[in-house]
Amino acid sequence: MELDRRRLLQLGASSIACMAVGDVCSHRSRAEGLAGETTAWLDAKLLTGDSKAGPAVIDRGTLVVRGSKIIAVGRTGEVAIPEGTKTIDAGGKWIMPGLVCTHSHIGGGAAADGSAPIQPGVRILDSINVRDSGFKRALAGGLTTLNIMPGSGHLVSGQTLYCKLRYAGKGPTTIDDILIRDDQGKSLGGLKMANGTNSQGDSPFPGTRGKSAFLVREQYIKAREYHAKVVAAKEDPEKRPPRDLHLESLVEAMQGSRIVHHHTHRHDDIITVLRLAQEFNLRVVLHHVSEGWKVADEIAAAKVPCSIIVLDSPGGKLEARDMALKNGRVLSKAGVRVAFHTDDWITDSRLFARSAALAVRAGMDRDQAVSALTLAGAEMLGLESRIGSLSPGKDADFAILSGDPLSVYSRVLQTWVEGEKAFDLSEPSDALFAEGGQGAGSDLDPFLCCYAQAWQVGGAK
Amino acid sequence: MNIFKLSRWLGVGAPTWCVALMLGLDGSTTYAADVIAIRGKQIHTVSGKMIENGVVVCVDGKIATIGDAGSVAIPEGAVVRDAEVVLPGLIDVRTCVGLSGILNVDHDSDHLESSSPLQPELRAIDAYNPREELVEYLRSFGVTTVHTGHAPGELISGQTLIAKTTGNSVEAAVVVDGRAICATLAESSQKSGKQSPGTRGKQMAMLRTLVLEAIEHRSKLAKPPSGEDGKNTGDENDQDGKAADAAVVVRNLKLEAIVDVLEGKKALLITADRAQDIASALRLADEFKISIWLDSAAEAHAMLPQIAAAKVPVLLHPSMARASGEKENITFRNAALLKKHNIPFAIQGGYEPYVPKARVVLFEAAIAAAHELSKEAAIEAITLSPAKILGIQDKVGSIEVGKDADLALYDGDPLEYTSHCVGVVVNGKLFPGESRD
Repeated sequence: MELDRRRLLQLGASSIACMAVGDVCSHRSRAEGLAGETTAWLDAKLLTGDSKAGPAVIDRGTLVVRGSKIIAVGRTGEVAIPEGTKTIDAGGKWIMPGLVCTHSHIGGGAAADGSAPIQPGVRILDSINVRDSGFKRALAGGLTTLNIMPGSGHLVSGQTLYCKLRYAGKGPTTIDDILIRDDQGKSLGGLKMANGTNSQGDSPFPGTRGKSAFLVREQYIKAREYHAKVVAAKEDPEKRPPRDLHLESLVEAMQGSRIVHHHTHRHDDIITVLRLAQEFNLRVVLHHVSEGWKVADEIAAAKVPCSIIVLDSPGGKLEARDMALKNGRVLSKAGVRVAFHTDDWITDSRLFARSAALAVRAGMDRDQAVSALTLAGAEMLGLESRIGSLSPGKDADFAILSGDPLSVYSRVLQTWVEGEKAFDLSEPSDALFAEGGQGAGSDLDPFLCCYAQAWQVGGAK
Repeated sequence: MNIFKLSRWLGVGAPTWCVALMLGLDGSTTYAADVIAIRGKQIHTVSGKMIENGVVVCVDGKIATIGDAGSVAIPEGAVVRDAEVVLPGLIDVRTCVGLSGILNVDHDSDHLESSSPLQPELRAIDAYNPREELVEYLRSFGVTTVHTGHAPGELISGQTLIAKTTGNSVEAAVVVDGRAICATLAESSQKSGKQSPGTRGKQMAMLRTLVLEAIEHRSKLAKPPSGEDGKNTGDENDQDGKAADAAVVVRNLKLEAIVDVLEGKKALLITADRAQDIASALRLADEFKISIWLDSAAEAHAMLPQIAAAKVPVLLHPSMARASGEKENITFRNAALLKKHNIPFAIQGGYEPYVPKARVVLFEAAIAAAHELSKEAAIEAITLSPAKILGIQDKVGSIEVGKDADLALYDGDPLEYTSHCVGVVVNGKLFPGESRD
């Protein structure tokens, strides 16, 4: 009872925040997003993230934002600036799309537990602490969208969560405030899978690669049969099989509405993923892919994208022995779409752009490396129509930097999420998370202001 | 490396090197004449001023000449390399490379022995693998000297050594054996086992007890033996009634190691991140007047006046160490703050239990340079400063005549993400820089 009332009050607090700041709410239409004041950043160096739609780099550019959306991008002087627009001189600054991390563990969440190797029905959204200081550190790195991954250590660790770092103003109260939803209001996420030694263990976990693949195939075949029964029942509740959350999730994966994010390192394990993806028609993204450079042509032929990790040295386990900085270069030259990820806390979100820089050090094309921090990641989450580049109509998610993001000396000065400033290095409370220091590792302060309001609204004292 | 890649990498005339070079067993290229000349657009000597368009000539493993390109004659037959920037060979002031291997499995993990919480007698020289792949990996970014050894994790985990990042045997690689003894003041060393401490109070009590035992042991060693000539004859029956005295000092490897600390022959390296553990380390040093090094020190920023007053050097955590657990209050600014308070410090690669298995000090110094430490100070923190702390500044750490010919060559700002290490010289031998394949 007490718990129920507190839950209601929290919901109340959440909607108050929505009314007060408008764009913080995730469930709103495109038209609503375009309401609000218009702001233009002038004379910045723009990295658009998208070299197909236009230039990847605009040396002296203007970015115009209205409400939560980008409405114009182009060379300064060539972009129409509506009457009443607030203009900001961004000369000398660099602006790039908000960074997209396709594989993060921020928030201390987990999905599957140790009881079984395959748990596709378990959601990580039920376990994330939105007050984890890691979210503020991610904003300090210019990140605006995360794919929060469960696991690891399972063949199927459960459902991942796509979220926006809506930490402007008072920030989120509950996980619901940072969800990314589809047009029907359903929160979006993928499915985390793994193979190789990561998901091996004592029974009931598999002990070999052969057993690993068998267990996964067995479940997908079961899900296929389950779905056939659901279709055959034609909405007749008498004939419909009882709902099975695990199998439903696998069905979504086979239908392509739930993208499979697959941890894999060794070249042969990578090929096994491609084999499974083909058999069950999975829309799959390969993650980590340490030995991707050994089978780049095979990955390219399968038209499967890679979300790779960049680490300062190889090793730590046998599967990562041949990890190399050249991975991004070799894969992208073979025609594979490449994104980077932090795997935070394996690498620090504040230094996410460094992954691209080290890939460029090893010969990756600059524009592709920038895209691999932004648009490529958005594509791998199926969100490229909404985020990932500085393009009119997309969410106003961007980072303002003091210089080239691929330089060690550049700093993220501000991070904007859906038209709101969610990080500002000049604010001491934000700088604490950007640089560290006493208190930087603790949970964010609880938002007592909002709870207090909710109590008043509810009439309780 | 095939001969074509080798020739491209060497960048020298084919007829000369075809005759002169052969591939060394350790992967280096060796020459008939052991003379190497490195031309650099910028030569950071670190000990002195930066030389523009300079030359460093290395003869028989030592630095023989340094000067302007115009004034220094390059000896005939010398192998010549060019670089945008030349640094002294980098020094990692605290790592576990060579003991903690790339595969991270039992057969290549010798960095932490958990059978007892106090094992200062464990020598690094008996565990260091000079052919470990990660040693070569670190070298490829310019690291020429490592202070490596037992890892944090037990109250006293064992000893360290200083080695060059070349050599086919540990004897060939080692510069100083038994340089320090590693202690850890942290939750990780509080295991509540039968022998291990369960609390911070207990871990300090155990450390102090061990030091007191060593003091007792030393006093026995110092006692004049019973032989008339002032020497212990080792013959238990040669003097009537004095046999017991003569045999009293039984060798004790554990206590001998601590006696070395008491006598300043070895430093006590104390890993401590929390401010309270840093305070405990300083208290221990003060009580027994021993030389300690603070290792890691994530909360150094909260203890600056105390550390400065104690004149204790800091082997600072990697800049990119993870902000969690006892390092939750870590800051990128620690290096800059130590510098500001004139506290001697060096930036370490540290111990990594998982991935990345080894950190590159060059990368760690770069992050410090991006957070208020000057470029010059960042370079010093991985060259001359660690050499001074480790007591090897007469051999390495700067580009000076007479020092070991250890150099790191770069094609741009060494601290910048997109620059490359294009070659490394260790003891006058050329090695390839980072992999570009």
